[in-house]
Amino acid sequence: MSMRVFIPMDSAAVAVGADEVAAAVAKQGIPVTRTGSYGLCWLEPLMEVETSEGRFAYGPMTPDDVSGVLEAGTRHKLCIGKIDDHPFMRSQKRLVFARCGRIDPLSLAEYRAYGGLRGLNVAVKIGADATLEAVITSGLRGRGGAGFPTGIKWRTVKEAKGDIKYIVCNADEGDSGTFADRMIMEGDPFAVIEGMIIAGIATGAQRGYIYIRSEYPAAVAVMQQAIARARAEKLLGSNLLGSEYVFDMDVRVGAGAYICGEETSLLESLEGRRGQVRAKPPLPAHHGLFGKPTAVNNVISLVSVPSILADGPETYKSLGVGRSLGTIPIQLAGNIKYAGLYEVPFGMTLGQLVMDVGGGTATGRPVRAVQVGGPLGAYFPQSLLDTPFDYEAFTAKGGLIGHAGIVVFDDTVDMARQARFAMEFCAIESCGKCTPCRIGSVRGVEVIDKIMGGNAVDDHLKLLDDLCSTMKSGSLCALGGFVPFPVMSALQHFPEDFRKRRLAA
Amino acid sequence: MTTFAAWDEKQGAEIIEAHKALQGAALPILHALQAAFGFIPDRAIEMIALALNLSRAEVHGVVTFYHDFRRELPGRHVLKLCRAEACQSMGADQLADTARQALGIDWGGTTADGRVTLEPVFCLGLCACAPAAVIDGKLVGRLTPTLLASTIAEARS
Repeated sequence: MSMRVFIPMDSAAVAVGADEVAAAVAKQGIPVTRTGSYGLCWLEPLMEVETSEGRFAYGPMTPDDVSGVLEAGTRHKLCIGKIDDHPFMRSQKRLVFARCGRIDPLSLAEYRAYGGLRGLNVAVKIGADATLEAVITSGLRGRGGAGFPTGIKWRTVKEAKGDIKYIVCNADEGDSGTFADRMIMEGDPFAVIEGMIIAGIATGAQRGYIYIRSEYPAAVAVMQQAIARARAEKLLGSNLLGSEYVFDMDVRVGAGAYICGEETSLLESLEGRRGQVRAKPPLPAHHGLFGKPTAVNNVISLVSVPSILADGPETYKSLGVGRSLGTIPIQLAGNIKYAGLYEVPFGMTLGQLVMDVGGGTATGRPVRAVQVGGPLGAYFPQSLLDTPFDYEAFTAKGGLIGHAGIVVFDDTVDMARQARFAMEFCAIESCGKCTPCRIGSVRGVEVIDKIMGGNAVDDHLKLLDDLCSTMKSGSLCALGGFVPFPVMSALQHFPEDFRKRRLAA
Repeated sequence: MTTFAAWDEKQGAEIIEAHKALQGAALPILHALQAAFGFIPDRAIEMIALALNLSRAEVHGVVTFYHDFRRELPGRHVLKLCRAEACQSMGADQLADTARQALGIDWGGTTADGRVTLEPVFCLGLCACAPAAVIDGKLVGRLTPTLLASTIAEARS
């Protein structure tokens, strides 16, 4: 058979030289298929060569390795065998990321061949009510961070009165340490479209927007092309797939505001205004985009839906623990040896994820702190690594799962500096609508500066505690309301970093 | 290096016209104008206000709310360094200090010779190959001090 080579066009692969590797392969006259990434990011740029025995993977590649690999084949030292045999892949349960890395992201034929549209076909067949019921039964909770049951949100939209209803996909993935939305948009965009169409069927919404952050230009381009193809193949539009349903969607691009990941400020931004948070109620489900009933769902929530319908809600529900059901695409990031995307049922401990799967730090130094859930997530010390990855278990330990990004720090980290950064970030990104967040974050930076300078440390620590409690209960949204998590957890678990300065002063 | 067209009212009007029928047209218009001209001139704010039936203050409010929109032309090269936590854990703060020192500018600044603009970015989704940067639109992961130094030297020469 003729040789075929697969190289990701995922941004993380491109950022470490995948385009150059692809060019080197093409130069040899061998056709290259650009795919998404499997998420074994430490092996990027990864390259797969198709043989009669299957697809063999090599990485991390450089353009100089290309001719050697093509010549030596599986005997080459960069060969890691077949991707599915790799321990990092073998121990996963991939529902959301089942196709990512395998297929040409923009081929609807490959999407179908690898199980795509099975869920949508079921939804079309069983109709709106049964589709909604399946999502409620599955126990799926919003993967954006809040963990609100997706089916209940959809039911509220379905029952709300309105001539027009919207599905808005929140792809403003701003949390540091998260990249699952980006990967799936770049690697399996039709899955996002399929999830949105099913949401439309279940709620009665016929119009959708996907709001993608501007920091993700590749995801924007892939999604736009995928939508155009879906429209051309009658997957979007009226009588989609020959059914009575109507659904169409477009991409909108953010403009560098972290706060637009908050659903009401995202809606303001979509309407063309400053991305300032709205007070709730009214809920977006009743009074959302342009005042119409709107379901705002995270990318991963929506992409979880097709498999729930295809394989049944009971199958989905059988995965996970407690009230955290199904799989969660975990992002292992920062100072971690085996960084990447790891999708498993809820329930593994943080320690298993960081140490066993992630292999500890990339620098080889001891792990000192782990931040889960982005810039508004708590910093956990070694002693909390036994916390199971589960919404309630994290809440009980004063943390949050958020969008399931895990950022690892080694023992060189200065936790007072991290606490200061949390406040600084909040000050930079605050939308300005409420005072605790707008002013509190600026005061927070000042107070931490005084603590770091050894100035009346005890008094200022008390003041910081007071400020955090005001921000926590007085802020309009999770930005000001959650920034106390990283700050107070740093203080609670790493007090020595705040006090050593006093001794030095 | 990115080159932009000089502000041209007719071209600006065409861009606004092409996007103004979209729902929530302000951001698509601003993105398109900035892609063409590199920044949002005062005159464009007046034109958008007129086209969308908004006040100039409202449009000004939108432009200044979002970090992406520039009020003046950037340097010939734009260096964006990720400042977020995952990149911090891999030494982003030190890289940022190096860049600011080497260029003699702070975040958002442009070197006096107009060659380089340095901007912060909070997460590029490249957290598994940190530290990350964008150099003239090209994504860079696993950024090293050596690569940063040579990039800066190249941009300044």
